[in-house]
Amino acid sequence: MSDTTMKPTVSAPGAASIPGDVTAERATANARLKSRFRPTGSAFVMGLYLLFLLLPIYWLLNMSLKTNQEILSTFSLIPLRPTLENYLTILTDPSWYMGYVNSLIYVVMNTVISIMVALPAAYAFSRYQFMGDKHLFFWLLTNRMAPPAVFALPFFQLYSSVGLFDTHIAVALAHCLFNVPLAVWILEGFMRGVPREIDETAYIDGYSFPRFFVKIFMPLIASGIGVAAFFCFMFSWVELLLSRTLTSVDAKPIAATMTRTVSASGLDWGVLAAAGILTIVPGALVIWFVRNYIAKGFALGRV
Amino acid sequence: MEKTVNHKAWFLVLPVLVLVAFSAVIPLMTVVNYSVQDTFGNNVFFWTGLEWFEQMLKSDRMWNALGRQLVFSAIILAIEVPLGIFVALNMPKRGFWASVCLVLMSLPLLIPWNVVGTIWQIFARVDIGLLGYTLRALGVNYNYTQDFFAAWTTVIVMDVWHWTSLVALLAYAGLQSIPDAYYQAAKIDQASRWAVFRYIELPKMAGVLMIAILLRFMDSFMIYTEPFVVTGGGPGNATTFLSIDLVKMALGQFDLGPAAAFSIMYFLVILVISYVFYTVMTNLDKRDGVA
Repeated sequence: MSDTTMKPTVSAPGAASIPGDVTAERATANARLKSRFRPTGSAFVMGLYLLFLLLPIYWLLNMSLKTNQEILSTFSLIPLRPTLENYLTILTDPSWYMGYVNSLIYVVMNTVISIMVALPAAYAFSRYQFMGDKHLFFWLLTNRMAPPAVFALPFFQLYSSVGLFDTHIAVALAHCLFNVPLAVWILEGFMRGVPREIDETAYIDGYSFPRFFVKIFMPLIASGIGVAAFFCFMFSWVELLLSRTLTSVDAKPIAATMTRTVSASGLDWGVLAAAGILTIVPGALVIWFVRNYIAKGFALGRV
Repeated sequence: MEKTVNHKAWFLVLPVLVLVAFSAVIPLMTVVNYSVQDTFGNNVFFWTGLEWFEQMLKSDRMWNALGRQLVFSAIILAIEVPLGIFVALNMPKRGFWASVCLVLMSLPLLIPWNVVGTIWQIFARVDIGLLGYTLRALGVNYNYTQDFFAAWTTVIVMDVWHWTSLVALLAYAGLQSIPDAYYQAAKIDQASRWAVFRYIELPKMAGVLMIAILLRFMDSFMIYTEPFVVTGGGPGNATTFLSIDLVKMALGQFDLGPAAAFSIMYFLVILVISYVFYTVMTNLDKRDGVA
C-alpha cells in the first residue's frame, strides 16, 4: 500500500503556476486531487468504532490506578485517588516480574530462531522452482492452522521426555510451530518485490551466495525482516495455551501468572488490571514503526 | 515472474523442514499413536484400531461442541466481515489521522489473548465493570456467568472487539491499492456510491477479503483462551467450544485415546476447509497477477 503514495500522479493544473516551494505545492495538490475522487469516510463512524475499541482498554487502565478497596466500594469513571501501588507491587515482587522476564526470553529466542531458518527458505520459495515446492508451501501453512489445543499434550510429553520441560527453549521451539510458517510467508511476500536482476548482477560480479545474501539482499528486504520479526514477537507474546502447558515454575510466562491469580480466591483486581496493562505496553511501543506494514503482516505477506 | 528450476533450493528449505518436523510431525505422530491404542497404565499399550474414532463419532459431546463451534464461527464471520469493510470504507485515506487510526485499531490485535479475556471479564462484570454496571442500571437482567444468552453475547462481542480490526486493516490495504483512475472514471460516469462499492471496491478487495475470511475462520475455529478466561466454557457447557472441550478431555481427564481421535478429526476439518480457501486464494492471485 505504500507504493500508491509514492506513485507519481498527474499534477493539478494550478500547481505549476504558483511560485515557491514546488514540491510541497505539488504534494498538497496531489493530495487534493486524490481526495476529490475517492469517496471520503465519515469521521463520526470512525470515532464511534474507536470508542468501542478503546473503552474496555480505558476501563482496565482506570482499574489499574485504583486500590482494590476503591474498586469494590465505589463506582467511578476516573480514579478518585489515583495510585501507582499496583504497579509497584508487580515491579517489586519477583513472582510477578519474573513472569515478564520469562516471557521476554522465550519470545526473543523464538523470534531469532524463526527468522534465521525462515530467511533461506523464503528466498528459495521466492526465487526457485523445485520438486514439491507448492505442496511444501501449503504444508507450512497447515501448521499455522493447527489448533494449539491439539498439540498441547504431545508437546508436553515430547519435551518432558527430552528433558526440556519448563525451559525457555521448549516454549520457543513450540511457538515455531506457527511462527516459522508465518515468517516464511511474510518474507516471501517481501522478497518477491525485489527484482531478480539484482541477484544475477551480484553473481556476475563474483559474489558468493552467502556473501550476496548478507551484504546485498538482506539490506534490501530490511523492512520485511523487521515486519516478520515484529509478527513473530507478537504471536509468541499473545499465545498462552502452549506456553502455559510447557512450563511450571522456572519459565512461567506472565500470561500464566495472571491466570493463576484469576482462579485464586480474594482476587486483587487492581493488580490484575495493572499486570494486564503492562502486557499491552510492548506491542503499543513498537506498533507505530510497523503501522504501514501491519496489514501485509496479518495477511501473511499477501497484500 | 518466471522462476528458474533448481532442485538444490531444497537445501535452503532444509532448516525449516527439520525444525517444523520436530515441532509438528513428531507431536502429530504421538497423537496418531494414541488414537489407535489403549492403555491400563504403566506405559503398556495395545492396539484398538478405530474404536476411539467410532466412540467419538457416536458421542453427543463432540457433535455438540462442533455445533456450537460452527454457530460461533458463522456468527462472528457474519458480523466481522461486513463491519470490517464498513470501517475500512470510513477510514481516513492518508495523513496523520490515517496513521493514528491504524495504530489504535491494531491495539486489540496485539494484546495477549488471556488479557483480552481479563479485560472483558472485568468490563462485563455487573459490580465493577462499566458495561455490566451500565446494563444493570438500565434495567437489563445481565449476568454472563449464569445466563446462556448473556454468556454468548459477551463472548461474541469480545471477539468482534478483538478481531474486527484485522478484517478492517486488510480491507483498507485492498482499498489503498485501487488506482485513482478507477474513481475518476466512476466520477465521469456519475456512478452512485453503491455502484462504486459494488463494481470497483468490492472486486478489488476480493483477494484480501479471502485472506481475512480464511484467517478469521481458522482462528475462530481454534479459539480457546478468551472464552476460557471469561466464561470457563459455562454456564453449563454453553460456551464450550472445540478447543476448550479438547483440553478438558486431554489434560483435565487424561482420556488420551478419545482425545487423540478427537484431535485428528478436528484438525482434518480445519485442513479441508482451509484447503478450499487456499485454492480459491491462489486462483485469485493468478487472475490478478501477483498481488
